[in-house]
Amino acid sequence: MDQEIIQQVLGALLAAGIAIAAAVAYFWGTNWLLDRLYATAPGLVASEADVRRDTRRSQIRPWLFIFPALLFLAIYMIYPVFETIRLSLFDKFGNNFVGLSNYAWAFTDGGFWRAALNNLGWLIIVPSVSTAFGLVIATLADRLWWGNIAKSLVFMPMAISFVGASVIWKFVYTYRAENLEQIGVLNAIVTALGFPAQTWLTIPVLNSLMLMVILIWIQTGFAMVILSAALRGIPEETLEAARIDGANSVQIFFTIMIPQIWGTIIVVWTTITITVLKVFDIVFAMTNGEFQTQVLANLMYQWMLIYGDFGRGSTLAVILMLAVAPVMIWNIRRAAADVGTR
Amino acid sequence: MATAAATLDTAQPAAPTWLRRISIGKIAANLLLLFFVVLWTFPTLGLFVSSLRDRDQLSSSGWWTSFVTATHQDAERLPVATEQKEENGSFVLRGNLLAGDTHRTIQSFGTASDAIAAAPAGGTLPMRFGGEVTVQANGDYVWSSPTKLDYPGAPRLYFVSAIPPRITLENYYRVLTADGIGRAFINSATVTIPATIIPIMIAAFAAYALAWMQFPGRTLAVIVVVGLLVVPLQMSLIPVLRIYNGVANTFHVESKGYVGVWLAHTAFGLPLAIYLLRNYMVGLPREIMESARMDGASHFKIFMTMVLPLSFPALASFAIFQFLWVWNDLLVALVFLGAQENRTVLTGRLVTLLGSHGSDWELLTSGAFITIVVPLIVFFSLQRYFVRGLLAGSVK
Repeated sequence: MDQEIIQQVLGALLAAGIAIAAAVAYFWGTNWLLDRLYATAPGLVASEADVRRDTRRSQIRPWLFIFPALLFLAIYMIYPVFETIRLSLFDKFGNNFVGLSNYAWAFTDGGFWRAALNNLGWLIIVPSVSTAFGLVIATLADRLWWGNIAKSLVFMPMAISFVGASVIWKFVYTYRAENLEQIGVLNAIVTALGFPAQTWLTIPVLNSLMLMVILIWIQTGFAMVILSAALRGIPEETLEAARIDGANSVQIFFTIMIPQIWGTIIVVWTTITITVLKVFDIVFAMTNGEFQTQVLANLMYQWMLIYGDFGRGSTLAVILMLAVAPVMIWNIRRAAADVGTR
Repeated sequence: MATAAATLDTAQPAAPTWLRRISIGKIAANLLLLFFVVLWTFPTLGLFVSSLRDRDQLSSSGWWTSFVTATHQDAERLPVATEQKEENGSFVLRGNLLAGDTHRTIQSFGTASDAIAAAPAGGTLPMRFGGEVTVQANGDYVWSSPTKLDYPGAPRLYFVSAIPPRITLENYYRVLTADGIGRAFINSATVTIPATIIPIMIAAFAAYALAWMQFPGRTLAVIVVVGLLVVPLQMSLIPVLRIYNGVANTFHVESKGYVGVWLAHTAFGLPLAIYLLRNYMVGLPREIMESARMDGASHFKIFMTMVLPLSFPALASFAIFQFLWVWNDLLVALVFLGAQENRTVLTGRLVTLLGSHGSDWELLTSGAFITIVVPLIVFFSLQRYFVRGLLAGSVK
């Protein structure tokens, strides 16, 4: 047993070492080979052949640099996008073409609509609440002397896994029978106020909200950090001018600060939106989609690995992809404009 | 930050400075921020405190009570009359009210339910059936009478006991050994170390090419990377699983294993890695690059000797991201590693515990803390790079 563990860890370290060595060998070796193949004679006057070789080399070299990355992306991300779309038109085992019947199934299936509706709820609530909380905390923290400590603490959940966060919050929501003392904070508060304790995670709609709280708890720190940086980027003169005009703090917040950082707010909002669409771990760990908490990512996981139906699993993945597509297009357009100006 | 606060203050209409310092707005701001901080830290604090508590205490009282000595009202039946023994001319019954539980101490006791605290520990009370009873703090009691006692059934003694807070590492010991979290920790490290290191070099070369080399298709390549940033992982799972199955069938190897997970994590981390590093490298001073080119340095040499060292902050940012992402990942590990005990990672193990020991909070809290402690250490010690990476990755 111990022997096995030592071997396993050494294997991992060895793999990391080999990978680095292989990468260096590849890059160094191919570059060396390229220089050999298209060698130019040293000297001040370059012949026509030398110029041609020079051009050749500089045409090939970029591809040597990006080839390994391209290979990985092609196998693991680009090909799968097309393959998943193809598989969504095939049956359970990917053998027989079935047209759009997987999609027809999805759009008539109650389970799918439940998940889609829940996803919509997550999409509306989590990004907006996280962004709003992040903005409020960033604004407050930048004005108070202990703001940096506060920011660090609010930011901390970003480091915690969704599963870890799920355990943390499941402990907050936990329920004990009526005659026992409640050990979950939420039920302790509820009973202290004179109400009966609840099994929160089994109450539809409310339970989905309680799962969303976990993601909000994680993502608020992200929103706060980005927005805090944006807030500091607002020129001091702008704020000064507003103050001279007699605006108070609240007015400055709504009429100066928010419009100034609107672009960043949108970026934060869309980034969290993408995270929300892919949310899987929290639902998987907390309720596994029961009690009407299902979401698309977990439904897809179930069809793929539990029921072993690659056709329907792929269909759900494609639907998820389509939901992400608008943000993707928007990002690409911004990036294209960015590259173009350079 | 301090200057921003100070200048905001000057905007207020004139008033004595000391009064303005404690303005209602300032108090409200402090309280509101405090509210958020408490809300954001309490759940984690509760988990940590609970993981150190005694198993029985954890399941019988809230974690917020764990630093105060709890008092507990209890009653214990005395032995029946036939148990009495004659000692030195008196009839005696002996025993221990706490059944030898050394964690608790008796504060007071009584002989009737409406007089639970009739006498302090060490005191003596007369018994209804004759004689008198003495109870010590450790629970030992003596009921002695000069005449032979005769009473029906087994009368009760009532007492108040104190349970002092008890901190223990037992839960950690148990969850690490018996419940497989220790092994899962090793497995997580096995997955994470190569999966963090492998993508760095691959991404750095690609990022340099996209930032500083001229070639047709460069813009397209950047656009593809940006697009892939948001492609859901779910799109890749089934096709890659099929590729792995195909490879496994062809070469007669297992389709699930560490190599497959390392490569998958490498690929899934690449878009962000390339994007972050390219953004950083584009910002490196053009003059340095060009003068190096003038001196006849090749791209390879420039990259290795100048760009790579200069890009250290961006490389560190990405390494932290990738580390946290891989360590915290559940989905990729579930799909490509499977659920065998010698491969389950921490997140997977924790989910299993949540299913099988859903109410054994002493295991869940200590198990969860073990899974989050490494990311927390990385996070707090390298927060600067993490924040820098976040800013570079999303604001543009």
